[in-house]
Amino acid sequence: MNIRNLRISFAVSLLVICAAYGMCVQAQQPAAGPPVQTDASIPPQAMLQPAELVQMLKPSAKPLVLQTGSHVLYAEAHIPGSEYAGPAGTSAGIEALRARVTGLNKDTLIVIYCGCCPWSRCPNIKPAYQQLRSLGFTNVKALYLADNFGTDWVEKGYPVVKGR
Amino acid sequence: MERTARSRTVASLLPLSRLLLLLIAPIIHLPLVAQTSTGGVGVGHSAPNFSRVDLTHRKIVLSSYRGKIVLLNFWATWCEPCLTEMPTFVEWQKEYGSRNFQVIGISMDDAAPEVIATVSRLKLNYPVLMGDEYLGADYGGVLGLPVTFLIDRDGKIQARYQGTSLTRIHSDIQNLLQSH
Repeated sequence: MNIRNLRISFAVSLLVICAAYGMCVQAQQPAAGPPVQTDASIPPQAMLQPAELVQMLKPSAKPLVLQTGSHVLYAEAHIPGSEYAGPAGTSAGIEALRARVTGLNKDTLIVIYCGCCPWSRCPNIKPAYQQLRSLGFTNVKALYLADNFGTDWVEKGYPVVKGR
Repeated sequence: MERTARSRTVASLLPLSRLLLLLIAPIIHLPLVAQTSTGGVGVGHSAPNFSRVDLTHRKIVLSSYRGKIVLLNFWATWCEPCLTEMPTFVEWQKEYGSRNFQVIGISMDDAAPEVIATVSRLKLNYPVLMGDEYLGADYGGVLGLPVTFLIDRDGKIQARYQGTSLTRIHSDIQNLLQSH
């Protein structure tokens, strides 16, 4: 093997390594956006990405952010300024949600989130969205948490607070 | 002569190869590390002890299960994926219970009545106790269900599973059972 062949071997090895690294990094990337096949009950334009909400939490005019899932999980960690509104998958939770938004202007920006389970299997987010829409609220956004609140918010380093 | 020159060239490239390997080794290993360290208390560390009363008013102290392989499953009645995997835990408890294997369920529900009804409906054959935010925090944050921990006979966490991973859990349990 001469020097030229060795150099070629190194170059090829480096290319293979870079390609392998690229695949590894890509494999680790979480789903960047909403799923291609979204549930018709929450249209894609009503979905909010975690990074978008983080930006919205900074200005003085913060949106009303409601957690519509488990109270235990809310107590463990929740978005600063968010309120617990009850598990919308239950009739009691829906009642609590209705009570919370009573009297608000119908164009109020309301962000709802849950993150108890993967998005497609969450029992709370869709009922909460549908309830608010049926009450006439026109500016409702559902925080898109692909896997759960821990993976898609806490582990991303976004702000959280504890307590009920 | 030519052979010696070639040998020298190859030898001069060896340190570079080693350096290259040192640089790429962590990169290639990165996905594995990322998978095992995502959230939660560390694999290989002692499982945080707790003492609580289960739904049948029996005191459950985790440390008293030393010598057994424990599958600690955080779940909730509203968590569909949790309910899907729990019948399999019932089967494992039946199959491996005599080999010092124990499932313990921790419900993250807000109230017990629905949990009691679900335990009865699913005919759970293992203790279930009510969890809360403190127990969740002790286990590194249970912020999405199900979350399951496999604890070895020495009380050390062998694995943390986020979401349903029945095949992987089963394989890990069998490995632990065989290793003792």
